[in-house]
Amino acid sequence: MRRVLIWAPLGFFALVFALVMTGLLAPSDRAVKSAMVGKPVPGFVLPALVPGKPGVNSAAFADGKPRLINVFASWCVPCIAEAPQLMKLKQQGVEIVGVATADTPEDMANFLKTAGDPFAAIGDDRIRKVQFALGSAGVPESFVIDGSGKIVMQHIGYIGPQDMPKILAALAGVQP
Amino acid sequence: MVLAPQALADSRLPPPPLAYTQLQDPKQEAVAKALMESLRCLVCQGQSIADSDAEMAGNMRAEVREQVQAGKSPGEIRAWLVDRYGDYVTYDPPFNWLTAPLWLTPILLIAIGLFVARRSFGKDEAFGKEEAE
Amino acid sequence: MIAEGGLAALWIAAAMALVQLVLGGSAARSGAEELMRATRKIAVVQGLLALGAFLTLILLFVQSDMSVLLVATNSHSAKPLIYKIAGAWGNHEGSMLLWVTVLGVAGAGVAIFEKRLDGKTLAATLAAQAVLALGFYAFLLLASNPFLRLDPPAPDGQGLNPLLQDPGLAFHPPTLYLGYVGLSVAFSFAVGALLTRQIGPAFARAMRPWVLGAWFFLTIGITAGSYWAYYELGWGGWWFWDPVENASLMPWLAATALLHSVTVLATRDGLRAWTLMLAVVAFSMSMIGTFLVRSGILVSVHAFAVDPTRGTFILALLAIYIGGALALFGARVGTVTQGSTFQLVSREGALVLNNLLLCVILGVVFIGTLYPLVAQAMGQQLSVGAPFFNAASVPVALALVVATMAGPMLKWRKDQWGALGRKMMLPAAAMVTIVVVLLVAMPGTPIVPLLGLVAAAGLAVASIVPLLGRKLRRTPIHIYGMVLAHLGVAVAIAGMASDTAFKQERLAAVRVGETVAVGSFKAKLTEIRPIIGENWSALEATLSIRRNDGDPFRLQPQQRYFSQPVTTTSEAAISTMIDGQLYTVLGASDGQGRYQIRMWWKPFVTFIWLGGFMIAFGGLLAMVGRIRREMRSEDEAE
Repeated sequence: MRRVLIWAPLGFFALVFALVMTGLLAPSDRAVKSAMVGKPVPGFVLPALVPGKPGVNSAAFADGKPRLINVFASWCVPCIAEAPQLMKLKQQGVEIVGVATADTPEDMANFLKTAGDPFAAIGDDRIRKVQFALGSAGVPESFVIDGSGKIVMQHIGYIGPQDMPKILAALAGVQP
Repeated sequence: MVLAPQALADSRLPPPPLAYTQLQDPKQEAVAKALMESLRCLVCQGQSIADSDAEMAGNMRAEVREQVQAGKSPGEIRAWLVDRYGDYVTYDPPFNWLTAPLWLTPILLIAIGLFVARRSFGKDEAFGKEEAE
Repeated sequence: MIAEGGLAALWIAAAMALVQLVLGGSAARSGAEELMRATRKIAVVQGLLALGAFLTLILLFVQSDMSVLLVATNSHSAKPLIYKIAGAWGNHEGSMLLWVTVLGVAGAGVAIFEKRLDGKTLAATLAAQAVLALGFYAFLLLASNPFLRLDPPAPDGQGLNPLLQDPGLAFHPPTLYLGYVGLSVAFSFAVGALLTRQIGPAFARAMRPWVLGAWFFLTIGITAGSYWAYYELGWGGWWFWDPVENASLMPWLAATALLHSVTVLATRDGLRAWTLMLAVVAFSMSMIGTFLVRSGILVSVHAFAVDPTRGTFILALLAIYIGGALALFGARVGTVTQGSTFQLVSREGALVLNNLLLCVILGVVFIGTLYPLVAQAMGQQLSVGAPFFNAASVPVALALVVATMAGPMLKWRKDQWGALGRKMMLPAAAMVTIVVVLLVAMPGTPIVPLLGLVAAAGLAVASIVPLLGRKLRRTPIHIYGMVLAHLGVAVAIAGMASDTAFKQERLAAVRVGETVAVGSFKAKLTEIRPIIGENWSALEATLSIRRNDGDPFRLQPQQRYFSQPVTTTSEAAISTMIDGQLYTVLGASDGQGRYQIRMWWKPFVTFIWLGGFMIAFGGLLAMVGRIRREMRSEDEAE
């Protein structure tokens, strides 16, 4: 027993070392993932933010058509970077629903003018209620919704050209 | 220039009132405050939403106060958030198979400590006898 | 040329460390008098060279020599002198050079002043110290050269992060380093003693001042760090169980256990293996703490000089030192004979209980801090924070307070329950009084802070008891040190409990001219005005405050905006009174002419840091007392 006690500290240290080593080598993924993936979209109704663009009612999502919910904001720099990709998705017939986070109509109108407008609808999520409901922890973030209104994928950060195949596959209903 | 994957800046909107003001009912406010102290701010470097100036923490404080006001219990609100963000959002880890070793640490350590200490006191009787002789 | 001189000094110092290792190693084996004398001299030279290199770096920063990369990236010619100097260690390379300098100087100190320890153990200790130093020299010279040139020189420096231009931040890290390095000396003593198997009172007495010194600096560092976080983060919190805070708390807990067990070893020749183990653990905790902070492996609000690749290097060093020492412990400690034994009810018994409970808290903090990594390895995201740490450590801490009350009242070796009971009457009376007073005057006091206040009252009285019946002028200084430190613990706990139970919070959005009330205070927002600072602009609120019907006074909290990097900070305005602090913060505007004002009345919160400093100076007194005693007994021996 005494022998075990004597060597226990070294054993414990080896364990800690292994743990820390894996922590150091593993890609440091600090993004907070949504636990809503695989669940139905929570029910929400958002009023329109800009004139001429409808708001969002999640009850309409279970119509058999897949969609992309894009949580974004006019004050968010990376959101400008993903705009070209969103435009491409729109050209391929994807319906993109915007959830505008803590934004104003004027700022948003300017943003759409300069960055382009791929959105079929933009809901005004002033105090981030819908962002919280979706389990989103920042902007931009995108959620792929399947035809039955279920969240099938979360993409954290801006959508770059390299992310397009993954997004399109999820929209087409291919399991990742 | 490498783009940050998510926006680091804040919006230009003022925070919702309940982010920085208390609930009218002091009892409800105390409940909300205790809960906020145990919820993790999602965009901060390891702070609770109760002591962060991040915009999102403010929004979440407003959300928590609103739900408390609506009569939800702290447990329900915490569960609501965990449903959305996973256990990451709570500083009070739930007891499950993954966290069992964590929660049992103090008891385990006291047991080991008493065992080790008992050994050193075990020799004590021999010492007592020597004294007596 | 100056930079090259510094680099050369560093290389020669590294070479000296190598010589010190070889000479010390052979002196420890052969015991030859000449070898020992040479080892001591080399240790002194090594320390002086490291010091020279460090002073060179400071000189380069003072001169703003922009042809040195480190200066160009971390300093600016227009910076105040004090921050130029602090800039020398306000970065990774410089802080590592500071570390190795303190290590070298401490080694020189051991070589010069240590006269009682047997020669072989001292030589082995210096050799161990050389191994530690060599690792850090390698790190500096191969992976983080502070004297690297920049060609062509920069026109001017990139400055220090304005947020870091704060006296607290300038002197906080070096204070902690002094503590960590002090523990490295204890570690070297332990390794030396394991090598020569000379573990007894002489070894304990040699090690004790270093442990006390390290503990003094660690206590100061943690106390000051807590106050800094308190006024800087702007929400009135003083402890967040953040990984970086825990990283400084863990070595402190281990050092606290060590300085109590080393007393058992020095006085009664007991707890031999345990004391060695603690010496190894205490330094391990400083290394692991440094690693956690530097590697950025855990998310922290106090992140500083984070770099994962350097984390790997520190991890490698850590594995060699700690793994090596623990392996040596396993191989050798079986042959270390059991020291003197003792009864359960005795001073030693209480100290063992103290060690047990401190180590449980240490284990809780350690596992809680690292557990998110365990979850991550399992593919989960988990947060461990205040609710866990409080639930798991506060009950243990309360038990520890009881042990601390009893310990100094007990006789060494053997005592009686009855005798202890009689001495505990006074503290028990104090505790009962407090319970009654609180239940009558403050009926709603939550149970945990209530127990905290009761424990504090008991400990405050109990810590004075050892002085009763003594001739005060003939009482040794180290006894006063103990009394002061234990009293400090009581004061700090009282502050924590009082703030937790009785603080009052008021958050409001007000217009100029409106009034906010908190506790017995009424604050009128009389003015909001913009002001411009050196590298920031700010909005400043003027609050005209009255307590009940007392004279009005002003507090001016600010909301500061820094442009490089873009940051907003809340500069709290705090008014300190005899019975607590009024803490005010200015928040953002609501866009309609109202400003957020946050106010807290925090009764006796200052006791937390007052207690912390009392603990630290108790340690200092004990150290001075012990050293004086040793020197006197040396004189008598000669």
